[in-house]
Amino acid sequence: MGINQGLLPATKDEAGIITTRLDEIVRWGRKNSLWPLPFGTACCAIEFMGVVSSKFDISRFGAELVRFSPRQSDMILVAGTINYKLAPVLKRIYDQIAEPKYVISMGACACSGGFYDNYATVQGIEQIIPVDVFIPGCPPRPEAILHAVLKLQERIDKEPVARRGVPRRHEVVEKMRDN
Amino acid sequence: MTANDTARHDALVAEIKERFGGGVLDVDRSHGDCAVIVDKAIAHDVLAFLKNERRFNVLMDIVGIDCMNLPSYRERFELSYNLYSVPDDLRVRVETPVSELDMNVPTANGLWRSANWAEREAFEMFGFNFVGHPCLKRLLTHHEFQGHPLRKDYPLMGGQWCTSTSDMTEELNEPR
Repeated sequence: MGINQGLLPATKDEAGIITTRLDEIVRWGRKNSLWPLPFGTACCAIEFMGVVSSKFDISRFGAELVRFSPRQSDMILVAGTINYKLAPVLKRIYDQIAEPKYVISMGACACSGGFYDNYATVQGIEQIIPVDVFIPGCPPRPEAILHAVLKLQERIDKEPVARRGVPRRHEVVEKMRDN
Repeated sequence: MTANDTARHDALVAEIKERFGGGVLDVDRSHGDCAVIVDKAIAHDVLAFLKNERRFNVLMDIVGIDCMNLPSYRERFELSYNLYSVPDDLRVRVETPVSELDMNVPTANGLWRSANWAEREAFEMFGFNFVGHPCLKRLLTHHEFQGHPLRKDYPLMGGQWCTSTSDMTEELNEPR
């Protein structure tokens, strides 16, 4: 997929020009340079350190450039328990990321509140921000995070470059709720 | 725990009883621990005595207890001050029953600085009103939270949404 599908130069003289569809080169760029913002609040964030480091090496998938500013990142990786006090902070940081932006919810706590079914913990971050990929586990293995990045890349590959008009998952869910 | 601890606890309890007399409601000894249960009216005096005259220089924690539906209790709530003496290597608890109808308790901030956050936590979780506390605000739950989540009549999964963030300027401006 992507850039290789474009028309390759027919002769050696034409080398240096590759033609492709704009959508595909944009997608190719997006999916291979997912700069993550680690929103780590608990032990899942320790596992994320393993993914970034040499043994698992997330840079093989182009997502190694960890940014701690929402202005510079494409993907927020929510790793850990989110409580009600932190919810407005997470929402605000998500809002500050420029489109296109993606969300990976890592671990049982971020996905569903985990075993913290109490007065303090948000029962899944999808109540606050739309999630693209969920990773189960407590904490998930580093391979699971790599799997999530690959799944996200697949998703980016399929979606239109301009996301306008394409319902996000939370919009679909809301519509179902309304019906 | 050593036999020595037991003897020192005995001596301490005798001293407190002699000094505060009828204010001492009970003494609870189990598993090598010693808890002195005192009336709320003299609780602060007992703490001041232990801090100033018996070298209990560390306030480990202040624990709130909701005694609702317990088979035997004096009042709805109980406060437990867990004290430790570094020079004597001795621990003691001072417990005081607190009525649901009068949650006012004098603050221990003047005795130990660590009482500040411990009391804020006991305040938000149970609703104790620590009279004289410099900044009695919620500590762990958010500023829009209503109610006291560790009370037994608070719904277990009663999460409350928070829509705004808050800063800590008030805490920063506290006198030191």
